Amino acid sequence: MHDMSVHAVHHAPPTTFIRKHVFSLDHKVIGKQYYALALVAAFIGMFLSWLMRIHLAWNNAAIPGLQLLSSTGAPGGIMTPEYYLQLLTMHGTIMVFFVLTTAPFAAFGNYFLPIQVGAEDMPFPHFNMMSFWVTFMAFLVLMSSFFVGDGPTLGGWTQYAPLNAIGSVGGPGQGAGVVLWAISIGLFCVGQLLGALNFITTTLDLRVKGMSLMRLPLSAWAWFITSCMGLTAFAVLMPACILVILDHVAGTSFFVASGLVINDQMLPHSGGSTLLWQHLFWFFGHPEVYIAIVPGLGIVSHILLANMRRPMLSHRTLIYSMGALAILSYMVYGHHMFVSGMNPFSSLAFSFPTLVITIPSTIVVLIWTFSLYGSKLRINSASLFSLGFISMFVSGGVSGFFLAQPSIDIMLHATYFVVGHFHLVMGVAAMFGIFAGTYFWFPKMTGRMMNETLGKIHFWMSFVGAYCIFMPFHYLGMAGNVRRYSSFVDDFLQPLIPVHRFITIAALFTGLAQVIFLINLIHSRFWGAAAPDNPWEATSLEWSTPTPPPFDNFGGKHPIVYHDPYQYGVKSSVGDYVMQTSPEQVVTEHDEK
Amino acid sequence: MATTIPEPPQIDRLTDRGHTGNGNGNWNNLVPADGNLREVMDYSPPPSSTAIWVVLFAVTMMFAAFTSALIVRKGSSQDWQSFTLPSILYFNTFLLLVSSVTLEVARRRVAAFMGALRTHAAQNSTASPARWLYITLFLGLLFVAGQYVAWKQLAAQGLYLATNPSSSFFYLLTAVHAVHVLGGLGGLIYCIRKLHKSTLRRNALVATARYWHFMGGLWVYLLVLLWMKL
Repeated sequence: MHDMSVHAVHHAPPTTFIRKHVFSLDHKVIGKQYYALALVAAFIGMFLSWLMRIHLAWNNAAIPGLQLLSSTGAPGGIMTPEYYLQLLTMHGTIMVFFVLTTAPFAAFGNYFLPIQVGAEDMPFPHFNMMSFWVTFMAFLVLMSSFFVGDGPTLGGWTQYAPLNAIGSVGGPGQGAGVVLWAISIGLFCVGQLLGALNFITTTLDLRVKGMSLMRLPLSAWAWFITSCMGLTAFAVLMPACILVILDHVAGTSFFVASGLVINDQMLPHSGGSTLLWQHLFWFFGHPEVYIAIVPGLGIVSHILLANMRRPMLSHRTLIYSMGALAILSYMVYGHHMFVSGMNPFSSLAFSFPTLVITIPSTIVVLIWTFSLYGSKLRINSASLFSLGFISMFVSGGVSGFFLAQPSIDIMLHATYFVVGHFHLVMGVAAMFGIFAGTYFWFPKMTGRMMNETLGKIHFWMSFVGAYCIFMPFHYLGMAGNVRRYSSFVDDFLQPLIPVHRFITIAALFTGLAQVIFLINLIHSRFWGAAAPDNPWEATSLEWSTPTPPPFDNFGGKHPIVYHDPYQYGVKSSVGDYVMQTSPEQVVTEHDEK
Repeated sequence: MATTIPEPPQIDRLTDRGHTGNGNGNWNNLVPADGNLREVMDYSPPPSSTAIWVVLFAVTMMFAAFTSALIVRKGSSQDWQSFTLPSILYFNTFLLLVSSVTLEVARRRVAAFMGALRTHAAQNSTASPARWLYITLFLGLLFVAGQYVAWKQLAAQGLYLATNPSSSFFYLLTAVHAVHVLGGLGGLIYCIRKLHKSTLRRNALVATARYWHFMGGLWVYLLVLLWMKL
């Protein structure tokens, strides 16, 4: 191999335990740290959802031990309506920020982006390390709100004004809880901005010889596009968090209107704009949905290709579609505000691009579908979860058509229909992307294979369970079941309670599947079968390096890239594929330049 | 007594290979079909060049968010009270703009010093190339101190952070900008330290200079915004 003069990152291998495993500069260790953080966050978030679901289904039932978590929020184990909202807020915040953003983007991206472009590491390893530890601190600050004052904030993950700015008069957690929330999310923004800086420069500047942009794997493209989105979105959310904190601690009036009386108390603020928060939040919030899902699009494409054993219908169109999704995601945020009282013409202006954004989404799905058609798909846990991803993405996406219409959204906005929609399209779909990535890359990350039988059981239980949870949500929404209620005491909601019980049982069942996943993950990490360097006969750079990769990824060498990343279905000296690093010229229908 | 000449700092060459775009591959694959790698242009910009633009983009987005917040907040209520900006702000502006000029002088002096060192022409030169960097640093510190004086002047008029949304935005925007200027000062200190250790890379100085000039431009924008809206 040639000695390449790319701008390599030179930092010596770590020698101490702290440098190796704690304050590591190695992108692979940082990627694993992000994954571990997301794993812990996911189980906490899921546990909170169980508590909420049990409460919704059996309203007066005491949950044993819950009073230990909060004696005021759950006296005798029965949660108060306020505590229900606090759990709901924490569930949403943990899942959106610390799982759906952290795992598919920061965890897998950190580990595999530098390897997939052929680099030794990210260009700014110290910033990379800081990125993780700032995110970790953000998580600790958020969790601390469980134990400070009257608990975490109850304003929902969107933290709408003026509830986010009026202080403790607004209810439990609206004082210190909101401030901790805003500090946590502000810190999270810093962490993600540092991450985006590294991802963008890695992609643009550290590619090895022969690795043109069009020869980047689709997963690398997805991480690059996501980092561009994150750079724009988190740079706007951070100022919004600063404004909220100032309203709380400095007495400013950015978000609280004049003359607001709450609990017989006249608030000292004047003239603030409640809509201002929504504009700032959703300018971040809608792209955030795509920050959660676009890495999944790339990861799933990458995995399907290795299992279909043939190229996608169009590599470039997939990349352009992901780019189009990223750009359009900034033009649609007002569709979250159809009921906010903004000008109806604005609603129309936001409705149109919302419908347009379905075009690149549909193109992606069609490319997957037609590429899969007639292929001899290798069925394994990773490919099953990839198919599951497509299924969830489509099922959740279809209800988006309805919600994009302002007139329909006004009816459905505050109902379970919306909850079902976003859980399927960005929650479960993104989770399936994370699972697919885990089963696919686990051998490379740990040097051991995961148990396939348990993986398939995990898939089928999750797939069936997720549909059993979230499809009835749409039905509940259409029946007028309002979201964010902690109990359903109105007459018209009584017939829906059996549906809620069914959903709760499905949620516990699906949760059990995640426990199986966790057992598989831990067991395989220590006792799994040894993994070969390239167990899936895949072609991209991460499979051309030893398992697990050495400290500098390629053992002191820089690879040279000769092909696009998906030369499957060809006849080469090693089988039906040719590695990106192989100079072997094969007869192929298409090879990106 | 023999004269000791310091080791020349490692400064990248200024050669431009006429290659547009980033990365080894750029948008088109540079490896020819026959795989003859000797024909491949091998160039990729140092990550710091790209990184500084990424940073500046994020800073731009942040201040765009603050600007839109200011416009929306002003338009949403009748409680906005205008006030005259402290006059020291104009002097501070002058300082910051002059500091950009001194930084450019510093950049040229550093480049000339290194060039002279390479040709051993600077053996008798005693001029420190860091002098203009120190001047820039001093002007930057003076700017931040001047901003602090502006806050004190405003406070003396009874205008505090929470007095009115107009004063809230004044303190907020100037403080966030000052924090970013402090970041730039950190960059300058880094460059001076590296220069003394003879390990300054051209890219680090270029990135610092870009950031510093941006801070100047951003401040002029903020001053115009505050002057128009407050």
